[in-house]
Amino acid sequence: MDTQEMTVSQEALDIAKKQATLSYQMKRNKASYFMLAPYFILFFFFTVLPVLMSVCLSFTHFNMLEMPTFVGWKNYIKLFLEDDIFMISLKNTLLFAVITGPISYMLCLLFAWIINEFKGKLRAFLTLIFYAPSICGNAYLVWNLILTGDRYGYLNGILLKLDIINEAKLWMQTEKYVLPVLIVVQLWLSLGTGFLSFIAGLQTVDKSLYEAAALDGVKNRWQELWYVTLPAMKPQLMFGAVMQITQSFAVADISINLAGNPSVNYAGATVVTHLLDYGSTRFEMGYASAIATVLFLLMVGTNKLVQKVLGRVGE
Amino acid sequence: MAKKDYTKPKKRLFRRRQKQLNRSFAGNSLLFFIMFICGIFMVLPLVMIVNNALKPLDELYQFPPKIFVRNPTLENFSDLFVLMNDSWVPFSRYILNTIIITGGGMVGHVIVASLAAYPLAKHRFPGKNILFSMVVLSMMFSWTVTQIPQYLIISALHINNTYAALILPAWSFGMGLYLMKQFMEQLPDSLMESARLDGANEWQIFWKIVMPNVKPAWLTLAIFQFQQMWGNTGSLFLRDEELKPLQFSLQQITAGGVARAGAAAAVTFIIAAVPITFFLICQSNVLETMTTSGMKD
Repeated sequence: MDTQEMTVSQEALDIAKKQATLSYQMKRNKASYFMLAPYFILFFFFTVLPVLMSVCLSFTHFNMLEMPTFVGWKNYIKLFLEDDIFMISLKNTLLFAVITGPISYMLCLLFAWIINEFKGKLRAFLTLIFYAPSICGNAYLVWNLILTGDRYGYLNGILLKLDIINEAKLWMQTEKYVLPVLIVVQLWLSLGTGFLSFIAGLQTVDKSLYEAAALDGVKNRWQELWYVTLPAMKPQLMFGAVMQITQSFAVADISINLAGNPSVNYAGATVVTHLLDYGSTRFEMGYASAIATVLFLLMVGTNKLVQKVLGRVGE
Repeated sequence: MAKKDYTKPKKRLFRRRQKQLNRSFAGNSLLFFIMFICGIFMVLPLVMIVNNALKPLDELYQFPPKIFVRNPTLENFSDLFVLMNDSWVPFSRYILNTIIITGGGMVGHVIVASLAAYPLAKHRFPGKNILFSMVVLSMMFSWTVTQIPQYLIISALHINNTYAALILPAWSFGMGLYLMKQFMEQLPDSLMESARLDGANEWQIFWKIVMPNVKPAWLTLAIFQFQQMWGNTGSLFLRDEELKPLQFSLQQITAGGVARAGAAAAVTFIIAAVPITFFLICQSNVLETMTTSGMKD
């Protein structure tokens, strides 16, 4: 009897304690919530709400003229069972992401690291040169000149002169060249957001760490990179990875502008070109939202995996 | 004996330190060689934009196209200025709009996102992890499909056809908060702790301690946001011609077709030159701050 009373009151005490701490915590962190408020109020209205609405739309038929009608899982079933082009675009996107994602990421890191060796104005200038494709807006359109399918395209011209090929190739109209060419262009464009954040991240690495590491027996720049620099800039590495994932899964503009939409036999189709096809050409927003939701889940899964791998850097 | 062994490596270390720690000549040369080859490829679009802007019309239409200009001229720019004077709304109005939209979107975002990033990086409070993962996840949702709902919300808030329709959503972009949070996380806690002991409140700590110490981060964020806002034509949300930014009117000029190819080349140059100038200002400041302030403990 006595013990039972004890346990009951103990439980009640625990709950009371918990509640007290939560509200106490909320009150204690009033300053934190005030600082969060402006951002998260806007974030709720302009991001969270639209995303939730899109997810809801993915279960409807919506052509932007009539009210959406609920269709359940129909869009998703059509996507995976009937839409052959979606399967092609999914395959292309995965191929794209698997190849360009890691390579771009390494390139960003490599170039940021090399540029970090320079000082002063030269450094800012070099950063500009490598960032140039990302800052010039539609800079990738120069590839149209390079890849022109007749003898006057720069690439054909050079290869003809060197006798590597004996007739001009229609680069973007030949199925087997489309994806490799797009991958090269994407790699060329890859020194963007991640690259600049690495540059800034390298600046904030504590210089005394290098001296300490040299005393501890770090002998060359490669060891220094692995044991000192990379662990010290882990937050930037995480950030760069997320940016890289969002970029390599969302490739669309270069495909549309260089290979066209639809491209030859859908050789350059990606999930996002497919999405744009339905969203902005056919105005089937319900179906487009379903594509966006699938892409979103794909990216989230990849992100989980990548963050796990990055957790092991410098071990 | 033992003493001598102890000083020897220390002395060598000191000599190497004066050159540069852990760097070899062979390694340097290899890296610079890689940089040079790749640099040529990367700078290609810049070279073409500059050359095209200086080409007279006949060279622009020359076939096969050449990269380098032979008879450079500023004709394209004077053509552009003539077209600018013909515009419906005085051209200075477009420039003013761009300053408001780009400036407001950039400065506001840097402040609002940094303000929210600080507690997420350095405070402990209920709900922190959920809020942060929401931001990271939001970056993975394709904006193509969220545009329609966003349009509906902006209309419902009655800020359609105002500057706010472009500026307010820009303040809540996910990337800025994520970037700032990652950099703030690296700051040693002792930095803030000692300020707290000195009686500073969170607001003061944010402005006087945190922000100066993550200057490379917010300068980088400013570059991203500037680019984003500068590239925005605003055609989805702005109906009145008097509210539209420079980008819109410049793209109208290039849409004029063959006869305006010269002016269009000048437009492409201006569209690229403005963010590049901003980029260079920010980048050289990233450097100076870090060499002058010995902030890390």
